[in-house]
Amino acid sequence: MDLDYTQQQRAFRVEAREWLEANVPGQALQSMDTEQGFAAHREWETKLNEGGWAMVSWPVEYGGRGVDLIEWLIFEEEYYRAGAPGRVNQNGIFLLGPTLMEFGNDEQKARFLPPMAAGIDVWAQGWSEPNAGSDMAAIRTTAFRDGDHYVVNGQKTWCSRAVWADWIFCIFRTDPDSERHRGLSFMLVPLDAEGVQVRAIEQLDGETGFAEVFFDNVRVPVDQLLGEEGGGWKVAMSTAGFERGLMLRSPARYQATARKLVALLRDNPEAAQRDPTLGDRVIRGWMQAEAYALQTYRTASRIIGGGSIGAESSLNKIFWSEMDLAMHETAMALLGPRAELLPTARAAGDVGDWLDGFQFALAGPIYAGTNEIQRNIAAERLLGLPRG
Amino acid sequence: MDFHFNEEQLMFSDSVRALLERDCTADVLRELWAGESGRSDELWRGLAELGLTGLLLAEEHGGLGMAEVDLVLALEESGRACLPEPLVETVLAAAPLLETLAAGGGTAASVAGKWLPRVAAGEARLALEHPANPCVADAHVAELLLLLASDGSLHAVERAHVELTRQPCNDAARRLFTVDWKPGDDSLLADAAGTTRLLDAAFDRAAFGCAAQQLGIGQKLIDLAVDYAGQREQFGRAIGSFQAVKHHLATAQVAVEFARPVVYRAACSLAIGHTDAGLHVSQAKAMADEAALLAARTSLQVHGAIGYTWEVDLHAWMKRAWALEMTWGGSAWHRGRLADAVLAGVDNNPREGQLQLQGVN
Repeated sequence: MDLDYTQQQRAFRVEAREWLEANVPGQALQSMDTEQGFAAHREWETKLNEGGWAMVSWPVEYGGRGVDLIEWLIFEEEYYRAGAPGRVNQNGIFLLGPTLMEFGNDEQKARFLPPMAAGIDVWAQGWSEPNAGSDMAAIRTTAFRDGDHYVVNGQKTWCSRAVWADWIFCIFRTDPDSERHRGLSFMLVPLDAEGVQVRAIEQLDGETGFAEVFFDNVRVPVDQLLGEEGGGWKVAMSTAGFERGLMLRSPARYQATARKLVALLRDNPEAAQRDPTLGDRVIRGWMQAEAYALQTYRTASRIIGGGSIGAESSLNKIFWSEMDLAMHETAMALLGPRAELLPTARAAGDVGDWLDGFQFALAGPIYAGTNEIQRNIAAERLLGLPRG
Repeated sequence: MDFHFNEEQLMFSDSVRALLERDCTADVLRELWAGESGRSDELWRGLAELGLTGLLLAEEHGGLGMAEVDLVLALEESGRACLPEPLVETVLAAAPLLETLAAGGGTAASVAGKWLPRVAAGEARLALEHPANPCVADAHVAELLLLLASDGSLHAVERAHVELTRQPCNDAARRLFTVDWKPGDDSLLADAAGTTRLLDAAFDRAAFGCAAQQLGIGQKLIDLAVDYAGQREQFGRAIGSFQAVKHHLATAQVAVEFARPVVYRAACSLAIGHTDAGLHVSQAKAMADEAALLAARTSLQVHGAIGYTWEVDLHAWMKRAWALEMTWGGSAWHRGRLADAVLAGVDNNPREGQLQLQGVN
């Protein structure tokens, strides 16, 4: 056990920091869930890729630097330190990307990964359906084989980024007689294919961060099947592992929030005096962010050593989502009556983007599998409690 | 950057676990509770034979010259077994303190030369009085006690020269005492000025030891509840199949799992003498304490009424978790220490990496 960085890792950090300092936009981009903001974020992805920073842990031939997960974590730390824009293609680079590495054939990897890294193909996720939310195995959208195509019919919902994205990765039922986890397949579908209709859904904040996607006899070539036909659940669980366990929420994100929260406490001494528990809540958030970082370095070490991400990713997802919400609730309490003001309000002062962050944090215990489902998974697969 | 324990460390912890599973069963624990001393010389010698009692000591004192990071998994095992022996008091608090002092020669060197090899061999235990604790734990089995005089100076006193008064407490395995004694010229180890720094370092090591034990205790409390919930049937099915029960236990497991790397980091920091080691220890103690407390409450709730009895073993671990939470600095104290540092330091001078306690000096 050695928790210090190597010379190479330190040099890597410096290189990342210098590039980010020189290239991160001086002004925050508009929200990625607006048309203009989405375009601006896509441009930023292009710039990142030109610098070779789109996805540092990928092999060089797919647009990465071939570095390990520790260096990816270092890059993420520098990324958040620099205040760089959110990753509009997070569904692609953090979720589908690693899944493609694991299950894609060479042709698929060469075809999909470089444009993903470049921001040319921005990806949406299409798993949930109106009647398959927490019960994801209840998927009903079908994809039946017709020659060298699958023909897709049905509906997906809560598809993040689907309003302006280019592609969507989905799970469909390919075996009409199958039930539950069997007979599902993982497919990659362009959102401009004939028969695809996207209907934006307004979120709490009035923006369209996700959408419903309708499939009406959409023809998907068989080479866009990822993994085996009927083996989609296994592929999806791998994606979910990355989503819950490692990549979707890198620790640097929460360490940045924790630092901001400490600053907010310092800037609002009256609130902290009036309610002395606030200071304790701030330090708890700070400790949790630190613990999450340590845990993630531990997970990365394990993967580098040949291990994999298992059901413990469910514990992880519970932890980061509840920590994020707790920190934002604390921030709202520190802001007091100003908390409800939008940053554009004249009376808002330096409220920053806490309100936005608070509303986003509220989604954390719901997306990527509700925390109730994660607790079931942890109890059954890690602790070995009997299935209900 | 590597978060793996090496083969040696894993093997050592396996051997400690095997010994404790054999010689420190729940039946043994109950037998020891009933005895006046509550301790087993045989068990202590067994641990010494594995190298545990001398692990941190230098070879010249019969030790292995190893570090906290080599010890942390074994400490976790001692918590899992609810071991009553004074590992924290002797191995982490007192013995390394005496060894540090011995480097300066004088009385301390001769005291260390006499007693530390016996600690390493499992022939002696040590106790340390510390202002953080109202009582001296395991003073009755300590052949040598390190005690504080009213002027703050530190003295080494053999047990024959002290008078102990046992202070009853909740954990049937714990033995707490107040100590009456008189300092003599030949007992002086260090004056008040020299003692403070030594006590601070001992405090950090002991708090770390408790944190590591709390990990084992917390996990054991969860495991006990999982076992029980898998067997106990109500409404015609195992109660562990109910979501309400599952969710309680998963929540407790989250707390234990995320305290774990924080404790391991503290072990590394103590081992290398990291500038922030004390703060890393405080974070470890605060998080491991809370994890163990949550596991205790959860385990009791899952057990239901049977868990509220003396008959079921659960209370041994539960009471240990409560006791350790308040000893060597309570979790609130440790959080406060961290809060002071974080509020004073963050963002003023960010470090190169954020992992080693981001931005705190």
